[in-house]
Amino acid sequence: MNPLRLLGGIGRAVLTVFATFGKVALFTVDAISHVFRPPFYPREFVVALMNIGWLSLPVVGLTAIFTGGALALQIYAGGARFNAEAVVPQIVAIGMVRELGPVLGGLMIAARVTSSIAAEIATMKVTEQIDALVTLSTHPMKYLTAPRVLAAILTVPVLVAVGDVIGIAGGYVVATQNLGFNSAAYLQNTVNFLELHDVISSLVKGATFGLITAVMGCYYGMNSGRGAQGVGRATKSSVEAAAIMILAANFILTGVFFSV
Amino acid sequence: MIRLENVHKAFGDNRVLQGMNLDIPKGTSMVIIGGSGTGKSVALKCVLGLIKPDSGMIYVDGKDAATGDRDAFLARFGMLFQGAALFDSLPVWQNVSFRLLRGPLKRPAEYAREIAIDKLRRVGLKSDVADRFPSELSGGMQKRVGLARAIAAEPEIIFFDEPTTGLDPIMSGVINDLIREIVTEMGATAMTITHDMSSVRAIADNVAMLHGGVIQWTGPVEQMDASGDPYVEQFISGSAEGPIEAVR
Repeated sequence: MNPLRLLGGIGRAVLTVFATFGKVALFTVDAISHVFRPPFYPREFVVALMNIGWLSLPVVGLTAIFTGGALALQIYAGGARFNAEAVVPQIVAIGMVRELGPVLGGLMIAARVTSSIAAEIATMKVTEQIDALVTLSTHPMKYLTAPRVLAAILTVPVLVAVGDVIGIAGGYVVATQNLGFNSAAYLQNTVNFLELHDVISSLVKGATFGLITAVMGCYYGMNSGRGAQGVGRATKSSVEAAAIMILAANFILTGVFFSV
Repeated sequence: MIRLENVHKAFGDNRVLQGMNLDIPKGTSMVIIGGSGTGKSVALKCVLGLIKPDSGMIYVDGKDAATGDRDAFLARFGMLFQGAALFDSLPVWQNVSFRLLRGPLKRPAEYAREIAIDKLRRVGLKSDVADRFPSELSGGMQKRVGLARAIAAEPEIIFFDEPTTGLDPIMSGVINDLIREIVTEMGATAMTITHDMSSVRAIADNVAMLHGGVIQWTGPVEQMDASGDPYVEQFISGSAEGPIEAVR
């Protein structure tokens, strides 16, 4: 292959990545600004709260409970190698609250909510419903994006907090039923070990991941191509982008909260 | 009066509009005809500001359509989209009275529902349709609901994008008659794009033939058959022979 052509291809790909970052950044700023500027659409906000928050609860809860249980088993097995089985409650708590609760919750919400938002808005675009909104004097960013972004920022931290508790409960059940831990001692160790800082980091991560999931769904939906293929591509790209951005944001936020 | 002056629009290498000029006098019904992909929808969307022209001017009642209060500008328009473009998540009555349930024209929900049912009746639909969702309606019913939505706020200007596409001849006739009646009754300025010649004859006061990005011929519908324009003649006859290439 011609090396110049190869370099050209790499250059184009890099430029596309930077251009997309720029567009997403501008879209995010625009979306957030519309959250604070009237007119507001309370009905759409309530619907988004239900879809993003309430209806995601089973997925997040099930993910958390199995993760917490598996974590307890792994820590017990790993800790046994150097006689540190007793740290199961502490590590389950810190692992769930600081990392696994927010990250796995965020990823599950990306799979469920981002895909749903992207597919819905992309379908609205290809069926001219977005154009119809404009002709009915309704700004699509205010009507479609702002309620979803606000709902996600508010509900995902709550989901993450609930997931943290359920995850710890999963670890507790496994530890007390299978691994012989004392129930009261397990709970006491969990409560004593967790700090407010851990909980705050979890909630901040939740809010950030909520913003990412909603913005990515809306951005790819609004910029969808034509036809069924366009909708499919928008949905796939939105989930990929949201998942990668959640993991990257998690790394940055962990550095900010816990760098020594 | 709507005036398009030397409007150009390209999508990449595809130059769709190449200096389109058109006048639509107030209170008249203009139908733009032309083959698929000739830019009819693009022209219509340029007037509404859904697509920004690359160059040229569009005036509505002498004022530049691209400047001024956008909400006030759009409040003057109603539009029936090709696929009706009804909002799936809302029941029919909320689709029809969408404008009356939010924004500057907001009215109490009961009043908006009454208006919606009244407009549904106007387009020949019974009140029990009001609480159904768009996905529960046939294509013809969706078009009628779209028409009811377009006229709900009694706009001065109504656009119809392929109003009969995908409908059987009888339902097409019903929609055409409704459009003609409503436009006459409301005294609205109408702009319709279609390639259905029965729609043209039923709806139009004036006809414009768009091809190659420019208006090839325009005149009263009565003169269309004797226009002498080869593009119009080929389009009316549906012949593969003529200046319009059959393979595009």
